[in-house]
Amino acid sequence: MAIAFKEETFRDDFTFSNSPEAIRRFPFPFHEDSYMYSVNLEQHVPVRPENTTRSLPDTVFDKTFDVDEHYVAEMKDRELVLAEDPLRCQSLPHMTLAGWDLLELIMTAKAAEYPDLFELHRDGDHWHWINRPLGIEQKFVFMDETTLPYGPMEYITRQTQGDFALLDQRDDNLWMDAGMVTTQADWSLDFDIGMNFFEWHAPVPKAHEMGIFVRALKFLLNIRQGSPARRLNWTLTVNPLLDTSPENYHKWGVQRATLTPENLGQKLHLRVELQTFFRLPRSNALVFPIRCYMISFQDLVTEPKWGRRMHRVIRDLPDELADYKGITRNRELILDWLSHYDDGAPTSPGAWADER
Amino acid sequence: MSGGGKIPVTVTEVVRVNELIKRFKFERSDGGLLPTFSGGAHTVVEMQDYGTSRLNPYSLMSDPADTSAYTISVRRDDEGRGGSLFMHRHVRPGMEMSISNPVNLFPLDLRARKHLMIAGGIGITPFMGQIAQLSAISGRFELHYAARNPALAAYASELSARYPRQVHLYFDDYDQRIDLQGLLDGQPLGTHLYVCGPKGMIAWVRNTAEAAGWPREAVHHEEFLAPPSGKPFEVKLAVSNKVIQVGEHQSLLEAIEAAGVDAPYLCRGGCCGQCETDVIDYDGTFLHNDHWLSEEQHAGGKKIMPCVSRFEGKTLVLDR
Ligand code: FES
Repeated sequence: MAIAFKEETFRDDFTFSNSPEAIRRFPFPFHEDSYMYSVNLEQHVPVRPENTTRSLPDTVFDKTFDVDEHYVAEMKDRELVLAEDPLRCQSLPHMTLAGWDLLELIMTAKAAEYPDLFELHRDGDHWHWINRPLGIEQKFVFMDETTLPYGPMEYITRQTQGDFALLDQRDDNLWMDAGMVTTQADWSLDFDIGMNFFEWHAPVPKAHEMGIFVRALKFLLNIRQGSPARRLNWTLTVNPLLDTSPENYHKWGVQRATLTPENLGQKLHLRVELQTFFRLPRSNALVFPIRCYMISFQDLVTEPKWGRRMHRVIRDLPDELADYKGITRNRELILDWLSHYDDGAPTSPGAWADER
Repeated sequence: MSGGGKIPVTVTEVVRVNELIKRFKFERSDGGLLPTFSGGAHTVVEMQDYGTSRLNPYSLMSDPADTSAYTISVRRDDEGRGGSLFMHRHVRPGMEMSISNPVNLFPLDLRARKHLMIAGGIGITPFMGQIAQLSAISGRFELHYAARNPALAAYASELSARYPRQVHLYFDDYDQRIDLQGLLDGQPLGTHLYVCGPKGMIAWVRNTAEAAGWPREAVHHEEFLAPPSGKPFEVKLAVSNKVIQVGEHQSLLEAIEAAGVDAPYLCRGGCCGQCETDVIDYDGTFLHNDHWLSEEQHAGGKKIMPCVSRFEGKTLVLDR
């Protein structure tokens, strides 16, 4: 499977777009016509759509770390963010071992799952890494930081789509002690670094009462080597902006006011985070990759089921969740636009698009 | 959720370490490499003990960086329910078994400037992996290891030959005792304390450290309880709609699993909290043996930890 990597931008002129193949494999997050906040964690294993006979050549869940047509462009965007703000990548000193664990996990997975794009040759501690899409070739000594241009976590996450949080596990809690965070939906590594699970989750409404977090933490503490987990989260973004960080709110927050009925289909994007969790072997830390997929509303509604369902989800969303997702301001506008794609027909179960 | 993937392994070596302890070496049956692990981790060994399947946790004591084989040490417990007896009597080189992916409930705190380890008897095993891991990265550690006598102090001579300055041995038969108070007083800032051994030793170390003002987060312990035997009892599993019998030498968790119901667990020794199960109805007395639930919860009759706790009475209905 050859991937045609696109040249595109996630800022200024926003040339980002999805090819028809990328639309078809988009991880639409709604399994039914309404949405309620829940933890919905499941094992991170490949899944096939159950409710459709439609042939999907691949899905975003098939590989340990999905590589898609936006790979090269996303890595360029990360480079730009880091050049402006190096604090988007931080690692407390005791997390270096977890960084090596992560480097090993990503390199071995990518080399095994995308042999035409990545190669890893190991001779004891002497490793040779080839990344064809980014044109990188590196010989280094595993566990010897002086042989890489960056620390191990920074080195490998400059070559892997998605944000990464490295969580140290101690005192029956998880601690955000390292991370690479340049594409986040409104949270800040610099603010959260060193915090524990409850501290960094503080702003979510209602969920705390539901005891959701206690159960989620217990699930995460239980994640074992060899059994990664995943969940999806979603929000809406005006313009395909990867970096919607609090640090840059003054730049992107104002873009929300630019939405009109005419430009909505092209400007408004559903942004889905594929969050995965892996136990790391040497450090016993957890790594939490947060991979972001975006799709414009005009592309989304090319799947009629998704158009109908998106309308119903936004319409029936409880107010506090709408606030939390940052869509209160434009909700009427969005509903009006989406209503043209909802004829009231029933939708099939599950999130996958229907056969056409 | 209880899964985590089983690994089919072959026993490639069984060594009698001393009168009470045997060491077992496992290699992957398919010839591949085992997962890397972190010092302090354990694996759950599955035994087919003539009709009863047992899942017993044992600390991994080999070098975490060596993925060609895992080794564990098993102390024979003549009074126990039979897991250790099965390992001692029936497990031979060449046998096929299955083990879990490694799980670490006793990890090193990698922020520590120094690791101070206190081991009693078979409690030495998790430290073997930790010491191998630390010495590879030149981490600073000190081990104080107490055993009844030199003959029963497994691995003591190997350890002191390798790390003469870091390893300190104490033998009960020679009236040698760890001067814990003095030891705790003399530690540099940023030291973390780890203890693994018999119940009494763990309590002594934790209490002494607390009295000396050590912060809770800097004191780590590992204590696997062996599930106690007891009178057989009957349980109704409401969700799976099954009535099961728990045998005398079987734990409630093992009985649930034997009925084909998947139940969560990690430590199988009453300390991790994963197996916590809601009680829907009961008429009788709980025999709580875990370290997880609070005293109020033990008295409340709403929760049970099926890996180690039992029940006596007429009815017990669980949310499982
Ligand atoms: S499995 Fe750990 S407490 Fe029961």
